[in-house]
Amino acid sequence: MKRNPKDFWTGLIYIGFGSAAIVIARDYGMGTAVKMGPAYFPTILGGLLIGIGVISAIRSFVIPGAPIGLFAFKGLTLVTVSVLLCGFIVRGAGLAVAIPLLVIVSALASSQFRWRPTLMMAAGLTIFCVLVFIKGLGIPLTIIGPWFGR
Amino acid sequence: MEFLSHLWLGLQTAATLANLLYCFIGVFLGTAIGVLPGLGPTATIAMLLPVTFVLPPVSALIMLAGIYYGSQYGGSTTSILVNLPGEAASVVTTLDGYQMAKQGRAGAALAASAIGSFFAGTVSTFLIAGFGPPLAAVALKFGPAEFFSLMVLGLVASVVLAQGSLLHAIGMVVLGLLLGLIGTDVNSGTQRFTFGIYELADGIGFVTVAMGMFGLGEIIRNLENEEERSVMVAKITGLWPTREDFKRMVAPILRGTVIGSALGILPGSGSILGSFAAYSIEKKVSKNRAQFGKGAIEGVAAPESANNAGAQTSFIPLLTLGIPSNPVSALMVGAMIIHGIQPGPSVINEQPALFWGMIVSMWIGNLFLLVLNYPLIGMWVRMIMIPYQFLFPGILVFCAIGVFSLKNTEVDIYFMALFGVLGYVFSKLGCEPAPMLLAFILGPLMEEYLRRAMLLSRGDPTVFLRRPISATLLALAVLAMCTVLIPAFSKTREEAFVEGSG
Repeated sequence: MKRNPKDFWTGLIYIGFGSAAIVIARDYGMGTAVKMGPAYFPTILGGLLIGIGVISAIRSFVIPGAPIGLFAFKGLTLVTVSVLLCGFIVRGAGLAVAIPLLVIVSALASSQFRWRPTLMMAAGLTIFCVLVFIKGLGIPLTIIGPWFGR
Repeated sequence: MEFLSHLWLGLQTAATLANLLYCFIGVFLGTAIGVLPGLGPTATIAMLLPVTFVLPPVSALIMLAGIYYGSQYGGSTTSILVNLPGEAASVVTTLDGYQMAKQGRAGAALAASAIGSFFAGTVSTFLIAGFGPPLAAVALKFGPAEFFSLMVLGLVASVVLAQGSLLHAIGMVVLGLLLGLIGTDVNSGTQRFTFGIYELADGIGFVTVAMGMFGLGEIIRNLENEEERSVMVAKITGLWPTREDFKRMVAPILRGTVIGSALGILPGSGSILGSFAAYSIEKKVSKNRAQFGKGAIEGVAAPESANNAGAQTSFIPLLTLGIPSNPVSALMVGAMIIHGIQPGPSVINEQPALFWGMIVSMWIGNLFLLVLNYPLIGMWVRMIMIPYQFLFPGILVFCAIGVFSLKNTEVDIYFMALFGVLGYVFSKLGCEPAPMLLAFILGPLMEEYLRRAMLLSRGDPTVFLRRPISATLLALAVLAMCTVLIPAFSKTREEAFVEGSG
């Protein structure tokens, strides 16, 4: 029975990252201590991380700890999706589409969500970003992207 | 007088019209960020980094530094007026500051915080000017072994001062080092951990990681308990402190400045530790200790001086050794590298105008803050009232477009989202992201120094113990680690953070 879920899951994550590092690094040259190859340092670090993960996981069965607490799944999903969506369409659709979508989708995560202020904010932020990033800083993005033809 | 000629050079650099303007923009933005709850300096500096690329390096760094210490200032304003620390370092200010505000003495509390911060800022500016050059001179004699050990010490300190489980913090450091290795290996040209993704050849940008873990992760965390964010603003009356107040402020400000300056130099802490230490010491030595927690002006003056002093002295290891001591200075290291300046002991000689200009600008910035805080207080109060549901979509927009503009690729946006999820999960598991970001930036440097040290010693790992400076640094690291295991210290450490996370 695990008594400290935080320690347990952290341990698993560390073991996962550590093993991945070692396994992937096997494709690179190990070298020697004098002339370290690209795999040398990652392998040491991966080993360390696995060690820490194992200790943490074992400890989780011995020393009790607080539960993890509820995940804010709605916030997590909407924020992540809105950002990914923005990245996906920003080139093709342009800022005037990507920013309002990002604002609206992420704003849905709030329990205080209302349409009117959100739309106003989307409009304001879009204008601001177009002025600052496209006109001001000259970032190679379009206002209305190539997906909508020209 | 070499000291004065240095400061004169700094003044000439910092006092140009353009740099004054950037300094002003920096502290202004910083104060705004400190005031806005749920938006910390790390995420903001990461967001604004792309904008500063178009500026000359000196102006960019002046502005970024201004954001940092400006945010310390703004954080205290919200602590006093609404009992909401806008920034981790001003958590203790809420204890007495808000009580003072409730008694109608918000003005005196704000004044104590402003005057204390200004005094501390002035002293620590001179400290940097005084200690910087000799420290850099010592560091110039460092070989790869010394630098490696120094980084070990820095990372260990960040672990010791991190919140929560020690073991997890060490794990975060190792994970950060590993993630920092993603990209092309400088020695062999091997593409490491890139999974064939072309954009990863240069590694993951530290801005991407910082924005993800600190910006996005923080937003998701804030959305958890949104309802708790109701705000009640105390009325501001009596803007000027009384003669009695002034008398009671002097000693706490002096003590706070000393404590803050000393602790700020420690890697990993920056200003947070200083403000906690200053408050608890003041509580023990003050004549009015009975009033603490009920609106004692000492309880505002001491931690406020300490956190500002600490925010500034944390630039000492950054400017002289090139070793960042907290996430913000880690971002500054990144900014310097992007501007083509390799942070380290040679900056002071090769770029004297940059070094001294930045230092003098800190003092000018503090002056701006003193002037800014008073007349603009009404505006800051209105800013506190912005509901979070309007704030965070805006932050997301700036993060997304900002991270895109770094390399003009949407892949960075995806990675930012990934690190946002990772940051949130880790925070749920009680693993603090700050040590990871430090390690992420130091990762490639550490590997390089390790390689060089081992090459020079012909593969003999005892080189780190045989060279006296390196051995001393490692001994300090071990010592720091041991202090955590001493029950008395670990208890205070936990208590400080329990108060801090409240």
